[in-house]
Amino acid sequence: MLVIDYRSERLERLRSLLSVFTYPLQSLASLPVDFYQTVSGTVISFVELQKENRRLKEAQFVNDTKLLKFAALEKENTRLRMLLENSFQLGEQVLVAELVSVKLAPYEHTVVVNKGSRFGVHPEQPVLDANGIVGQVVRALPSSSEVMLITDPDHAIPVQVNRNGLRTIAFGTGQPNRLHLPFLANNADIVPGDLLVTSGLGGVFPAGYPVAVVDKFEARPDKSFANIYATPKAELDKSREFLIVWSHSTPVVLGEPGKAPVEPEPKGAENVAP
Amino acid sequence: MSRLDFAATVYFFATIGGAMVLRVMSLFPSMDVFNPDWIVLVLIYWSIALPERFGVFSAWSIGLLTDVLTGRLLGQYALIYALICYFSINEHRRLRQFPMVQQCVFVFLCLFASQSIIFGTESMQAGNRLPLAFWYPVLSGTLVWPLVFVVLRYIRVMARIV
Repeated sequence: MLVIDYRSERLERLRSLLSVFTYPLQSLASLPVDFYQTVSGTVISFVELQKENRRLKEAQFVNDTKLLKFAALEKENTRLRMLLENSFQLGEQVLVAELVSVKLAPYEHTVVVNKGSRFGVHPEQPVLDANGIVGQVVRALPSSSEVMLITDPDHAIPVQVNRNGLRTIAFGTGQPNRLHLPFLANNADIVPGDLLVTSGLGGVFPAGYPVAVVDKFEARPDKSFANIYATPKAELDKSREFLIVWSHSTPVVLGEPGKAPVEPEPKGAENVAP
Repeated sequence: MSRLDFAATVYFFATIGGAMVLRVMSLFPSMDVFNPDWIVLVLIYWSIALPERFGVFSAWSIGLLTDVLTGRLLGQYALIYALICYFSINEHRRLRQFPMVQQCVFVFLCLFASQSIIFGTESMQAGNRLPLAFWYPVLSGTLVWPLVFVVLRYIRVMARIV
């Protein structure tokens, strides 16, 4: 049975069936922590609320201004793509999933979120939070799914340095907030403070999302590769809301340069967005 | 008698459910590595106390549920719980007479065996990557066994399950 589950997908139906019984237990287990979070969220001082409100307003203002430019940039990008006759555009849609506060196995960095295959979640989907890549879905059950964080020792993510496009792979270390980049030479052009973004290779993670910031470069003269460590951008141990992302390439209808090109809406974008 | 049987089943499933909740609860994230396998402790107790009601097959089904609950390979905990339950039922007469310390030794051996099987199946999936903290639940499980034993015996005496 162990071998069948390891090698094939045949037992997934049984697992989905049994998860109907286990999901209530998981929700029950997460109740005390959720309750604590709610209480500490409710009992917050007025001054702090005011401060937060001001901060959020400022952030909103800045983001709005950025968005103004973004619309123009998007048009320009489509125009340029038309010139290149490259008709693919990355359409992405997201689903907000909330963390269920349970710990499956303490030696693994795997979390459970409360959206599952009933919402169309499937394995190998990237998961983000507001700051960067969190991990990927490893198993989708009907009403919950398991997300492997990028710091899990079994996880590797293809990245590139944002500054110069140097590509490599970042491995999880098993420690929270630490990634390891073992495959860069001692003379590689990478310094602490460099932002690592997803490179889009491998097909799981869409390109261009921030992953981590390099914080330690340790050249080893006796070995051919350097020891490089990075800190994930996403707040892996603090976030309670994650975004599950669908990314697919849809062809853009190439219109005349004069009139605005019509972009096909990703299918089901409305009913999936919460 | 059938009403008593029914009550026993209800208590049995309630304790197992409680153990499953405790198993995945993470109240103090820093203490997670010490969270013992509560389900196996409850299973050992019930197989010592009610060996004629409780068998290897029920342990196997509960193990299957635990696999789904904790996202392991299907069958891993099922195998472990069935084995532990078999040994506990086999030795239940002796175990009932044992003083607490000796029971703790038995529980320690059971937990150690179960963790070794998990170690084997996890290594089968991906190299040797498990830290030392992987073995802590064995110790903490042994230490909380007297507590589990006392609480469950209290429940059993209160509910008059024989």
